[in-house]
Amino acid sequence: MKLNWNVNANGKEKSRIGARGTLKVFGLLMVVLLLMSGCAASEPAEKLYVYNWGDYIDENVLDEFETEFNVEVIYDTYATNEDLYVKLKQGGTPYDIAIPSDYMIEKMIREDLVEPIDLAQISNFTAIDDRFKDLDFDPGNKFSVPYMWGTVGIIYNTAMIDEEIDSWNALWDPKYEKQILMLDSQRDSIAVALKKLGYSINTKSLEELEAAKAALIEQKPLVLAYAGDNLKDMMIGGEAAIAFCWSGDAVYMISENEDLAYVIPKEGSNLWFDNIVIPKGAQNVEMAHKFIDFLSRPEIGQKNAEYIGYSTPNKETLALLDPEISGDKTAYPDDADLANLEVLLDLGDFIEAYNRVWTEVKSAR
Amino acid sequence: MLKRLSTAPYLLWSFLLIVVPLVMVLGYSLIRTGPGGPEFSLNGFIKFTDPLYLKVLGLSVWIALQSTVLCLVIGYPLAMIMSGLKPSAQRTTMTMIVLPMWMNFLLRTYAWIPILGRNGLLNGLLATIGIPPLNLLFNEGAVLLGMVYNFLPFMVLPIFTVLIRMDRSVIEAAQDLGANRLHVFWRVTLPLSLPGVVSGVMMVFMPAVSTFVISDLLGGSQVNLVGNLIKDQFLSVYDWNFGASISVVLMALILVSMWILGKTDKNGSGVSFF
Repeated sequence: MKLNWNVNANGKEKSRIGARGTLKVFGLLMVVLLLMSGCAASEPAEKLYVYNWGDYIDENVLDEFETEFNVEVIYDTYATNEDLYVKLKQGGTPYDIAIPSDYMIEKMIREDLVEPIDLAQISNFTAIDDRFKDLDFDPGNKFSVPYMWGTVGIIYNTAMIDEEIDSWNALWDPKYEKQILMLDSQRDSIAVALKKLGYSINTKSLEELEAAKAALIEQKPLVLAYAGDNLKDMMIGGEAAIAFCWSGDAVYMISENEDLAYVIPKEGSNLWFDNIVIPKGAQNVEMAHKFIDFLSRPEIGQKNAEYIGYSTPNKETLALLDPEISGDKTAYPDDADLANLEVLLDLGDFIEAYNRVWTEVKSAR
Repeated sequence: MLKRLSTAPYLLWSFLLIVVPLVMVLGYSLIRTGPGGPEFSLNGFIKFTDPLYLKVLGLSVWIALQSTVLCLVIGYPLAMIMSGLKPSAQRTTMTMIVLPMWMNFLLRTYAWIPILGRNGLLNGLLATIGIPPLNLLFNEGAVLLGMVYNFLPFMVLPIFTVLIRMDRSVIEAAQDLGANRLHVFWRVTLPLSLPGVVSGVMMVFMPAVSTFVISDLLGGSQVNLVGNLIKDQFLSVYDWNFGASISVVLMALILVSMWILGKTDKNGSGVSFF
């Protein structure tokens, strides 16, 4: 309000003092503005540091939270669970909120990297479907509250591929040489190879892991690239014909290019959950609880679910969604399709073997 | 006294941002996080002798060498042509070479993706003359192209600087004594420009052997270089000790190659580091 008044005053002055005076007045005004902006910036007394996946929230929701709770949200993003882990482990920014996936939450609990959550302060926890509570990686939801869930499947371009795809073997089909994209994310890409071979995605058998490695190296000449977030743009733009991806990204890609189709392969796949946690060392645990409760509000969940396309675990949000979205089998598959899906588990020290396998695959020529 | 005071900020700066990080990298490379806290270990270096990792290093050196040679082959004639221009034209060409460097390195590299892609600019042009789309992106060729494109100015500029400062009378003397143009170049210009070539080679080879961005973006993570290996150890695998060990090996490799190059710079023009 004050700001507007000053600008108007400047307009009036201008005509009276003439051009040379204007500069002086302008300079003075800048100083005043600078001082005022200094005051304005210090107005919200509290800060909340949020660390989230890229493209994983409707950012208007953050503005709403800032206004309602008079807090400044500092928002950063990451691309993989491993990036998040390394950042939290090395310290630095004391994040108040992070949204890791199942196996990473399990690992973080084991390594004491998360603060306990007081569910009594999360009044909207009741709105969350019981199916998504009390899961193996965090029994009793002592450390995490569900945010989104989804599956991993194959996305393919029906304009470039004539057949019906229903198996991971399609990613190994020489017909699609240099039209296949994989993800540059070790757990996910190795999981695809393990599933193709009929093994568990959490295998601790070196023999099975070596078989998966051999399959990935065999596949390498057919692969166009091991992509990151750019996988979406490449599939939308028809740069590649077939890839595997997370269901929510599939919803987004299909909305941008209707030739694309998503399928959960018959061999089974990965079912995953992303939950909100409070990292150890958070400076504002109280506000973090308010933020978690805020995100769990049905109408806020609706905004996020509609914006990012991922599947909500909140049953009241689900009821609010446009039937076209909640009826979409890509994001909300039938229970029958979920039957042979597996959740990734923390592998403890055995992850070293996975690291090595992935390095070997990427270094193979 | 005043002189010493005025150098203090620079010394402090160099200490904090050069010496301290180097000591930290060296420190990390020599320890391992055991059950009872950090302990001395050469594990990282031993692990690196695995053929798997040596192959990655070999590929990096090989690609960096190729890009250095390409930069030299393209850059030297360009520098010669520029040095023969009149000063105003020299300034214009110089600006044209430096201008792209005002833009962010990442963006410049990223721009090659829509140029080389399957539905990209080049394939679009090829399609108009009836050639089916080629796989130009995500292979070693694309990585090499990215390196040459990004590092070429580092080769041209030092050679150009040496060439324009060269004493013309030496060349005239050679011509007076009956040397033809090839002879003049081979016996006079080239030997005198070697210091520029040496620093150009260093300035291209060093970033080329350690880059991870170019191989990530244009190689589609298909081409795993030692820079990517180090990055992965720090950012996704969380094995800082191994990452630091590889960094130390890479630094040693660069130092040795600089030392060998410095030996060839006989007249000690001060361009090399040893």
